[in-house]
Amino acid sequence: MSVALFIPCYIDQFFPDVAIATLTLLERLGVQVEYPAGQTCCGQPMANTGCDAETAPVAKQWVERFAGYDAVVCPSGSCASMIRNHYADYFGPDDTEFQHLRENTYELCEFIVDRLGVRSIPGRYPRPASIHSSCHGLRELRLGACSENMTPREDKMRLLLESLDGIELKSLTRVDECCGFGGTFAVAERETSVAMGIDRVTDHISSGSEVMIAGDMSCLMHMGGLIRRRNMPMSVKHIAEVLVEAMQEGSPDADRASSALTNP
Amino acid sequence: MTSTLPIVDHPSAAREFVTNEPRSHWHDDSLWFVRSKRDKQAQSIPEWEYLREQASTIKNHTIAKLPEYLQQFEANATRLGAVVHWAADAEEHNRIVLELLRRNDTLRIVKSKSMLTEECGLNEYLIDNGIEVVDTDLGERIVQLRGETPSHIVLPAIHIKKEEVGDTFHQHLGTRAGESDPQVLTEAARGHLRGKFLSGEVGITGVNFAIADTGGLVVCTNEGNADLGVSLPRIHIACMGIEKLVPRFQDLSVFTRLLARSATGQPITSYTSHFHGPRDENSELHIVLVDNGRSKIRDSKTFRESLNCIRCGACMNTCPVYRRSGGHSYRATVPGPIGSVLGPAKNAKAHKSLPFACSLCGSCTDVCPVKIPLHHQLLAWRKVLVGKRLVAWNKRMAMKAASFLFRNPTLFAAAGYFGRVSLKVLPKSLTHNRFNTWAKDRDLPEPPKESFHEWYAKNRPSGAATASKEERS
Ligand code: SF4
Repeated sequence: MSVALFIPCYIDQFFPDVAIATLTLLERLGVQVEYPAGQTCCGQPMANTGCDAETAPVAKQWVERFAGYDAVVCPSGSCASMIRNHYADYFGPDDTEFQHLRENTYELCEFIVDRLGVRSIPGRYPRPASIHSSCHGLRELRLGACSENMTPREDKMRLLLESLDGIELKSLTRVDECCGFGGTFAVAERETSVAMGIDRVTDHISSGSEVMIAGDMSCLMHMGGLIRRRNMPMSVKHIAEVLVEAMQEGSPDADRASSALTNP
Repeated sequence: MTSTLPIVDHPSAAREFVTNEPRSHWHDDSLWFVRSKRDKQAQSIPEWEYLREQASTIKNHTIAKLPEYLQQFEANATRLGAVVHWAADAEEHNRIVLELLRRNDTLRIVKSKSMLTEECGLNEYLIDNGIEVVDTDLGERIVQLRGETPSHIVLPAIHIKKEEVGDTFHQHLGTRAGESDPQVLTEAARGHLRGKFLSGEVGITGVNFAIADTGGLVVCTNEGNADLGVSLPRIHIACMGIEKLVPRFQDLSVFTRLLARSATGQPITSYTSHFHGPRDENSELHIVLVDNGRSKIRDSKTFRESLNCIRCGACMNTCPVYRRSGGHSYRATVPGPIGSVLGPAKNAKAHKSLPFACSLCGSCTDVCPVKIPLHHQLLAWRKVLVGKRLVAWNKRMAMKAASFLFRNPTLFAAAGYFGRVSLKVLPKSLTHNRFNTWAKDRDLPEPPKESFHEWYAKNRPSGAATASKEERS
């Protein structure tokens, strides 16, 4: 299986550590990952603003860059959803290259659980932590069950985190409320966005959690920014970073780790 | 009503409410409480998602065959002795109602809550024409006494605290100053409304559902005010949007099960009243069927499903933006997610900011009992607005620039480099100035020393992986 890594523009520029953790994690899970050159952005900022003419060429370019791979993995639910749920506007129904990518582009946890069939990560993360489920991961990619919808669904991020030794996952009062980032919304509706973000962070802190873990850096960039400005007692981490850190911490016995991680 | 509407700018309309933290939090908590009650009710019904699917299918079918069902309804309602009137728009609706009132020398009416009459501006119209209008829904009455409009379609006075209700009642109904006990206030309202009910000459109600195959109407309330309002007067005028139809009597069960649970988290509304023709031979039932833009929405493939709405208000209760910014910030009869879809359909220019008053969290879509893809429709509206050149030019320019940058990887890398470096070397007072909206309340990310691109080139020097498609094939 040839797997391409898609690192969204803002992760590439501002959060390279998350990209490195993603790559490391995949490699430790035995996946050979390629990082296709010339990739930038999936076009979501333009699409969410309604600027179709500006999105189309970026989408075309994206498909060109990733065509030919068996699977594409991306450490961001909202970018993966862009490709899966919104790219169809820019491609014909008979565009096989696009159709293939649409069906084989995954968010990181989704790839690990659904495509690799890995359901537990051997590692240790002895900290009180809490999960921020990003809206796009939850309600567009269905990476877990959301509180409005009564269809039972497996929560992929939780599954992996719960498998770590020593982790103490705290429960929130509003399990899947939006953090208020919303792309340009964060700037255009600043007051509302900030109010939402602070409420979100407060819920995490009051749960007794010390680390907020999410699969989308965009939510974490917004909430992390609020936290740092106010010196709130909480850190934010992308799930890739947590899993890699846990594997390192938990493996004086590295053999145990690698033997459990089989690449189908 | 067709006079030019002021252009709503949601962010500035929301500012006062959302930045009043105690108030915004209190509003948010009240609505979250309702939403949680709704969740419990939805969880208690194993077939919840199946019901939603049914409801959506029935509605899609009805809207597709709307002309036929409307004719069927008219024929059956007429057979039962009702008089059916057709109104193309709000003015015609108002004229029809006034004409009926004049014909019967009416001086005062009692009205039960109806978003349609709200949409048509019936109250002001009647008052301007010398008729006393009394809203009999408690929340609606509070809002009316305060000279406001409802801020929510099911909970019209949700934005008002009980202390404020106490002040209003003290002023208008003579309750003790400082009284804020809900029990006492409700009693006072009850006594006051009782008198109004007795002196009402015509009762006006909205309609929750109209049934094509029986010609009957269903009105759902929690206070029983619609029943009381129409059982004393001789004349009942029921005003409804043409989308309120369901084909058959048995379809109703799907909707009554969903409506109250979605709206307030009750298993069913306290009063689900059926009206089949006038009460007796001395009474009259008039049904006014109103289009007012609905056919236009029906013609649109993208937005047609918004006609499925049964006005339960669940999308408002769940919307994190609505909860924090309050219903009035939408400056529209119907606020919240569904209002942001319907508003621009009525007048794109006046309501152009509403589809952007949304973080695209998608909660509304999942909560909606009739499965309207609300957040996708909001996204679709953004595209329409860009097409109509109703999106601010600086926003469009920014997107053009970003698109250009993203299409040129080298330039993108360079821009990223300069961005990171300037964040690092420039003093915070420069990067976090008042023109940087992001950084007014949030720190910018710590700039890393290199991008992932750069890291990858250094650390995976084999570089094989970075081959582009052309090189690989
Ligand atoms: S759009 Fe759906 S959730 Fe919102 S009021 Fe209408 S039926 Fe209820």
